[in-house]
Amino acid sequence: MKEHVYETVYLREKDFQEGRVLFETWDPNARYAWDAGIAIGRFLQELKAGRLVGTRCANCGRVMVPPRMFCEHCFVPIDEFVPLEDTGTVITFSLCYVTWDMVRIEEPQIPAVIGIDGASPGMGIMHLLGEVDPKAVKIGMRVAAVWKPPEEREGAITDILYFKPL
Amino acid sequence: MIREVAIVGVGWSPFRSITPDLSYKEMMYEAAVRAYEDAGIDPRRDVDSFVTVAEDFNEGTSIFDEYVPDQLGALHRPVQTITGDGIHGIAAAVMQILTGQFDVVVVEAHSKASNVLTLPHILAYAMDPVFNRPLAAHPYFIAGMEMRRYLAETGTPLEACAQVVVKNRANALRNPLAGYGADLTIDDVLASEPIAEPLTRLACADHADGAVVMVLASGETARALTDRPIWVRGIGWANDTFWLESRPWGQARYAYLAGQMAYSTAGIKSPRTEIDFAEIDDTFAYKELQHLEALGLCKPGEAGAWTLEGGTELEGEFPVNPSGGSLGEGHLLDCTGLARVLEVVLQLRGEAGPRQIEDAEVGLAFAWRGVPTTSGAAVILSN
Repeated sequence: MKEHVYETVYLREKDFQEGRVLFETWDPNARYAWDAGIAIGRFLQELKAGRLVGTRCANCGRVMVPPRMFCEHCFVPIDEFVPLEDTGTVITFSLCYVTWDMVRIEEPQIPAVIGIDGASPGMGIMHLLGEVDPKAVKIGMRVAAVWKPPEEREGAITDILYFKPL
Repeated sequence: MIREVAIVGVGWSPFRSITPDLSYKEMMYEAAVRAYEDAGIDPRRDVDSFVTVAEDFNEGTSIFDEYVPDQLGALHRPVQTITGDGIHGIAAAVMQILTGQFDVVVVEAHSKASNVLTLPHILAYAMDPVFNRPLAAHPYFIAGMEMRRYLAETGTPLEACAQVVVKNRANALRNPLAGYGADLTIDDVLASEPIAEPLTRLACADHADGAVVMVLASGETARALTDRPIWVRGIGWANDTFWLESRPWGQARYAYLAGQMAYSTAGIKSPRTEIDFAEIDDTFAYKELQHLEALGLCKPGEAGAWTLEGGTELEGEFPVNPSGGSLGEGHLLDCTGLARVLEVVLQLRGEAGPRQIEDAEVGLAFAWRGVPTTSGAAVILSN
């Protein structure tokens, strides 16, 4: 065994700083602009107008939000849009103490799925909760959308700032 | 092969330079609905497994697998997403059926190239980060260097490469699916702006959006579903080295190897006489010639003269890219190979309309993954 044991040298910060360890860096230039299409295009337009909209499957009757042009259960096309309320019920949530890029924060973000009134059970919008004590959030809590002022909306999910308790 | 496999349904969303009306999911749905209608199956009941071919960098979504099932009718079902060309997806489906565990397998691939705003940068990201990327040259230089070496080794004239463009884009005029049909001359192609000499702009395929879905089935199931199954006789795929520094620049060895594997599975000894027509990668015009030679469809160095004589035209003795190829249909990223296969299926069924080849019985589809790769895949089909 002894002949296989070598003295080792650990890499230190200094070795990197002094260029004794070589590496390549590269920043990707990856930009995309996704065609929203029929279903999501309409959804975003309605958000800009301060409304929520879903679609109804003529086969199973489910009212789906976000809307889609086909039912993933029945595999049939859909063309019926249905207006929905901007209120709903918390299906699940988390208290998140790190930002998306892993910076620790004191006051948690509260991502939640909100089952939207008028949509089928279990159909909701993924958003954030606000104006609420994190400790008070519960599954089943009733909430309503807080919208950006009309002139600031741009047809994006962020046209809703957050949902707050009713 | 140890078990018969056939293509029993095909569907598509047409190939266009932009498709602002549809999301990629809606495009995939359109292609899937056509394919299932064509095969006479209900995906929620009759399909055992689904394969999508997609590359995260092209989609702009990490772990793209997650976004595949719904629009294919694959919710709650076995689905896998692989990277590669569409023909690699066909290979995956064939292997699943050969196991005996699956009877009906669906293959999908698509392109939303118009949604990738920095497509040349994404392509450049395929270059080796240590040796090649820091040189910051557009990856099409690889095609320029390969074309120069191919022309030098074979004595092929530039006009022969230009004629490939003229032929394929003219064929595309007879193909309602194709996005780039055009009536061009050899001089038009040669006089277009240089991209990476000797490669000119018109000798490079432009990108297109589109989707293709295919339904494959085992022999018994195929016969029960349709009276016109298109049989998979052979399939093969191969890679050469990634080293730009030491490639066989003049010849496409990956195409030779993929072809040999497919021929040996199909029991084909003399491809030129046993195959009636081919859909062959023509991402760059010279590639069609180089691939024809590597696939043994003509002798090394003869593809150019053969093309100039009209041998590979729609009415020629061995039509090549009757669909218009990537030059005429548009380059479909990961879906490129499925577009090749789609045309072979339509021709073998006699459904190719104004570009129908008479008495087509055996066809070859060959795809290449584009620069900087040496990745090729071939499939032989018969009616």
